[in-house]
Amino acid sequence: MTVVRSRFFIFILLVISHFDVYSNELEKDIQELEKEIKEYINHHVLDSYDFNLLSYTREDGSKFYFGIPLPVILWDEGLVIFSSSKFNHGKTIAKSGTNYYKLYHGNIYKTDSSGKIYYDKDNHVQNNSPLDFSITKGVVSIIFVSIIMFLLFRNLANSYKKNGMMAKGIGRFFEPIVLYVRDEIAIPNIGEKHYKRYMSFLLTLFFFIWICNMIGLTPLGINVTGNIAVTFCLALLTFIITTVSGTKYYWKHIFWMPGMPLPMKIIMAPIELLGVIIKPFTLMIRLYANIMAGHIVMMTLISMIFIFRNWIGSSLSFMLAFFISIIEILVALLQAYIFTILSALYFGFAVEEEHDH
Amino acid sequence: MEIPAIVGGGLIVIGVGIGIGGIGRGAMEAIGRQPDAYGKIQTAMLIGAALVEGIGFAAMFVL
Repeated sequence: MTVVRSRFFIFILLVISHFDVYSNELEKDIQELEKEIKEYINHHVLDSYDFNLLSYTREDGSKFYFGIPLPVILWDEGLVIFSSSKFNHGKTIAKSGTNYYKLYHGNIYKTDSSGKIYYDKDNHVQNNSPLDFSITKGVVSIIFVSIIMFLLFRNLANSYKKNGMMAKGIGRFFEPIVLYVRDEIAIPNIGEKHYKRYMSFLLTLFFFIWICNMIGLTPLGINVTGNIAVTFCLALLTFIITTVSGTKYYWKHIFWMPGMPLPMKIIMAPIELLGVIIKPFTLMIRLYANIMAGHIVMMTLISMIFIFRNWIGSSLSFMLAFFISIIEILVALLQAYIFTILSALYFGFAVEEEHDH
Repeated sequence: MEIPAIVGGGLIVIGVGIGIGGIGRGAMEAIGRQPDAYGKIQTAMLIGAALVEGIGFAAMFVL
């Protein structure tokens, strides 16, 4: 009886899934949908010259953007500053002084008053692009996150004096995490003698990556750690600190590993030298790819809700997007933790004292 | 839509799956032997899994 019941249920489900919610002009709808989905994903994942939270198309076809335009700062034999509202979301050409600039596919190119873009035979753009120091959406987000972190931790540190060596309020959430970073990440890897010098960098790294990852999960479209330039700079900082604080024994271990026979020493030297470059490189790629892939999967699943316009497809992709979001919250914390602990490991290698193998 | 790229991507995922599965198996056996050391073993397993996943992502990125 139950078997017959479950088969009946599945049959009903399959029947329902064929009641599609399509409009009459099917083809035009699908193309418009594709364009909108691409714009949605690009808005969330790429950097842009204005800080738009949302946008929609009004009745008469014009678009309404809810956000603020950000300044564009270029160096084109002289400092050129103008507001990105002159670009009008890529539709018009910005004129500043005697120079004309055009926003084409997210990059700024120098052009003439008619906005001509020169292509070479591989369809690459030939126009000059000036040096770009603009305040883009990512820059504003980084400044915002650093101000929040500064205020939060400064208040936490000051509150110890006022409240008798005990944190109050939100500090009670962050104090065990700070102690965890010290006791489980810094001291086991760097050692008791030298860990204090690196604590501020490790703490900043951990909380910055964690907060930026979490902000990226909101629908505001702020994607900081999913930008390879940002993770490149974080990995570069780790690399610089390990290189600067490397003792003589660290370099000796890389180029001339003690305790090994001579042929092995000569083979190990180029491998270890490559390792010096590859280790921070993998830090950069790991964080970038994890966060970027998570965002793109989530955006795609949410777009699938609008592609499947029937009962079962949309609800399944909605549930899948929900569960992927929960996993992304875990991934946000995990990636921050992994970046910090690997950085602490590399610092530990750099400051290791000489000991007999 | 190149076939070698698609086959390469699939092989990468198989490699990462086998790697992280092996690490997980070792971690479970160790926890079974010494249930007290659960925290330390979990930490070590996560670090190992992140390193293997890092290689996988780097390869997919190049692909």
